Amino acid sequence: MFEHHATLKRHFSALRTTADFFSLRYVRESGQYLSVRKNVAEPPHLSNDEGAMLTVRLDGVEAYAATNDISLAGLQAALERAEQQARQIKPHALLDVRDQHVSSDIADYLSPDLDQAFPSLSDCYHLLGDESAAVPKDERLVSWDVSLGLTHVEQIYLNTAGAELRQAQRFVFPGVNVTAFDGNDSQTRTLGGSNFGQQGGFEVINRFGLVGAAPRIADEALQLLLAPNTPQGPRDLLLMPDQMILQIHESIGHPLELDRILGDERNYAGTSFVKASDFGHLQYGSKLLNVTFDPNIPEQLASYSHDDDGTAASKQFLIREGLLIKPLGGALSQFRSGMSGVANSRASSWNRAPIDRMANLNIEAGDKSLAQLIGGIENGILMSTNRSWSIDDARNKFQFGCEWGQLIENGELKGVVKNPNYRAISAQFWRKLSAVGDASTTKVLGTPNCGKGEPNQVIRVGHASPACVFSNIDVFGGDA
Amino acid sequence: MNTFKALVEWLKQAITEKEQFHLSYAAEASEFVRFNHAKVRQAGQVQQASLNLKLINDGRHADLAITLAGTPELDRQRLADGLQQLRETLPLLPHDPYLLLNHDAWHSHNEQAQPLPDLALVLEDISQATDGVDLVGIYAAGPISRGFASSDGAFGWHQANSFNFDFSLFHANGEAVKANYAGHTWDSAEFARRLEQARNQLEFLGRPLHTLAPGQYRAYLAPAALEEIISIITWGGFSAQAIASKGSSLQKLYAGEQHLSPLVTVNEHVSGSLSQAFSSEGYPRGDVTLINAGKAEGQLVNSRSAAEYGLSTNGASSDESPSALQMAAGSLAEADILKQLGTGLYISNLWYLNYSDLPAARLTGMTRFATFWVEDGEIKAPVSTMRFDDSVYSLLGSQLEALTAERELLLSASTYGQRNTASNLLPGALVKRLTLTL
Repeated sequence: MFEHHATLKRHFSALRTTADFFSLRYVRESGQYLSVRKNVAEPPHLSNDEGAMLTVRLDGVEAYAATNDISLAGLQAALERAEQQARQIKPHALLDVRDQHVSSDIADYLSPDLDQAFPSLSDCYHLLGDESAAVPKDERLVSWDVSLGLTHVEQIYLNTAGAELRQAQRFVFPGVNVTAFDGNDSQTRTLGGSNFGQQGGFEVINRFGLVGAAPRIADEALQLLLAPNTPQGPRDLLLMPDQMILQIHESIGHPLELDRILGDERNYAGTSFVKASDFGHLQYGSKLLNVTFDPNIPEQLASYSHDDDGTAASKQFLIREGLLIKPLGGALSQFRSGMSGVANSRASSWNRAPIDRMANLNIEAGDKSLAQLIGGIENGILMSTNRSWSIDDARNKFQFGCEWGQLIENGELKGVVKNPNYRAISAQFWRKLSAVGDASTTKVLGTPNCGKGEPNQVIRVGHASPACVFSNIDVFGGDA
Repeated sequence: MNTFKALVEWLKQAITEKEQFHLSYAAEASEFVRFNHAKVRQAGQVQQASLNLKLINDGRHADLAITLAGTPELDRQRLADGLQQLRETLPLLPHDPYLLLNHDAWHSHNEQAQPLPDLALVLEDISQATDGVDLVGIYAAGPISRGFASSDGAFGWHQANSFNFDFSLFHANGEAVKANYAGHTWDSAEFARRLEQARNQLEFLGRPLHTLAPGQYRAYLAPAALEEIISIITWGGFSAQAIASKGSSLQKLYAGEQHLSPLVTVNEHVSGSLSQAFSSEGYPRGDVTLINAGKAEGQLVNSRSAAEYGLSTNGASSDESPSALQMAAGSLAEADILKQLGTGLYISNLWYLNYSDLPAARLTGMTRFATFWVEDGEIKAPVSTMRFDDSVYSLLGSQLEALTAERELLLSASTYGQRNTASNLLPGALVKRLTLTL
């Protein structure tokens, strides 16, 4: 672990510059993606990646150069390119960052159970193969896939203020999906995939419940084929955690990103319906809504001690009892706006610069069991597992779709319905939050696929959420 | 190219008689400059190079992506380490029944070395043209290289210098117009013309917003708006594997149960495009007619699907998505668009599309950037952001009235992981009925 640390430190000390300040962020990532599709092992995709980003500050202007050449000569050349870039953009620069505080922290962060070996590639294939073979023989089951992604990331951050931050993390992404087809309609049921990932070792797979999941997932896909379409009209909506994470992500996470509010993302990811003046004033949701930025849940995807600019991370309430308090803004956005924020300046890898990202963005548990949530609904629907997401560039008008729906009548779960969709407006939706599940309904989930930024970056984010009920939401089905 | 060739030569002598390889190469040196409020918000340079090594031995194979260091000795060492890692991996794998290798020793070479624009000039041009304008966006420029070689002697090389300035101009009321200037040679006058065009549209966006109720409206989808619809369809829509496994949104089109308007003909037209003419699996890529006069025709077939479903490969990518898609032009003259639209919506861009019902090809998405309400052929007012929910079989089928005679070449501004070389050549589409829902 951190085998390049000593060399990097030596190179860092030997770098020569006229810059007032510079930092080096080295990232090494190795990956392994395995899948068994319809009982046939797909060839494994392995990867080994490493490189470094040098960031300089020169007369208040910041610029970066990322390089795959981490020799002393390569790093020196990158540093000089960054300096040249800073000089070139100076007459046109938006920001003067000479007074922005820089980190001098020293810390290490490790994923849980990092010292425990992960099963071998052939053991992993056996596990996936056994699960794939457990999908029942039924000619309507036309496609299925059992997969396992594994990523190791090491990052070393050094700067001229003395910061020395090391992180070693292991991420595990199991998934199962099955598609059923009856000659007319097709329905897919998924467990995990882009809805699940955690830091840790093999115990992540146990927590996920991969072993034995395939027959149940296949049965649910067949049930959906036989199910009627979701009826149209307003209903109370019970969202399970694997849909809540998408709901949090799109209609709380993105609109609270401070760089969006400051306009950086207007050309691509978009802006926000939230204004800087709303913090401390806007009743974002009902009194039941408590949203936290929490880097301290060890297994969650974006738990860390420091962000990629070196700022120490700690748990913060962004929304308390429905009141909007704090944005998702890292050190630079805080400096620009004069607002307080969180340690969420993050980069997808060595070749992209840190920007404001979600990290672990969670909804705090309430006090209702799942039975109580269901029992409190007279005319409603349970929806589970996101399959479709669409929201406007200000993160306000949205339409989301799930794989699995179940009607709720007079406090009881009833029949399965297919193609469950719902649409609403963020600014109103969270005020309709009428019940929040307790810790027994909470799941620690996340996604490896959050896209944003120019140049584009895809990053891992964590979301933990209980099941939640929203009153009187516009619900509808599909065409089939 | 020499760096890649040297690695190929080393690998050829390093493998055993029983082993075979595919080696692909991707490199770029990119300048990225982000703008906000017409000033530089963030700027930097990225230098990256990587290999993808596939090692094949006795029906088993595995892929390894390796980031190169940029120094010959270390690069050779990383390739040697990678070869060893794959040698240790292959015995752990079962035979792959869908391995289909191309043993042809094909050659392909495309190199374009137009000088890149000088960043100082670009910054000065942008600064001058945006006086008093709120511009936000990204300028990306630099050389891109792609290579492929196999142990059977195939060799492909693609290298091009390019720039892509993707930007929007914002009115003080929050409305915006999107524009793009991309290509090989930066022409200050041409850039100024494009910016002026966008600036002119901003004037319309300053008018009071026209509020629309959900309902059905006539609409004109400009090429960039149509591109959003085409792009989501290409998420597996033309993929042989997705069609066979019922994950394609066009499964009913390919089953012959649905059809589009006879005006709709769609091709993957690799020849002459900005994308490389070879796949990462070692096959030359051919042109494919995907939809012919509203009916499904070809599919995008990679070697794996070819083996699994008994089809012929056409050099499709590993995800079987197009990268040089063209839609045939129609007959609606640009000057007649507003007149023929009459009363309805002029939509410059759509945004964040997804499926309401995938097998039914039913889509939802948002209007974004410069959407106008038109009455009797005249632009009246900008329209607030609206959500639509409609079927492809309606929008490009029963409700498609006309396609424009002029098409626009839309170059991808995507930079996930690396700068994208995909493009779409598309007309605008006039539709009789677009359903707005929120």
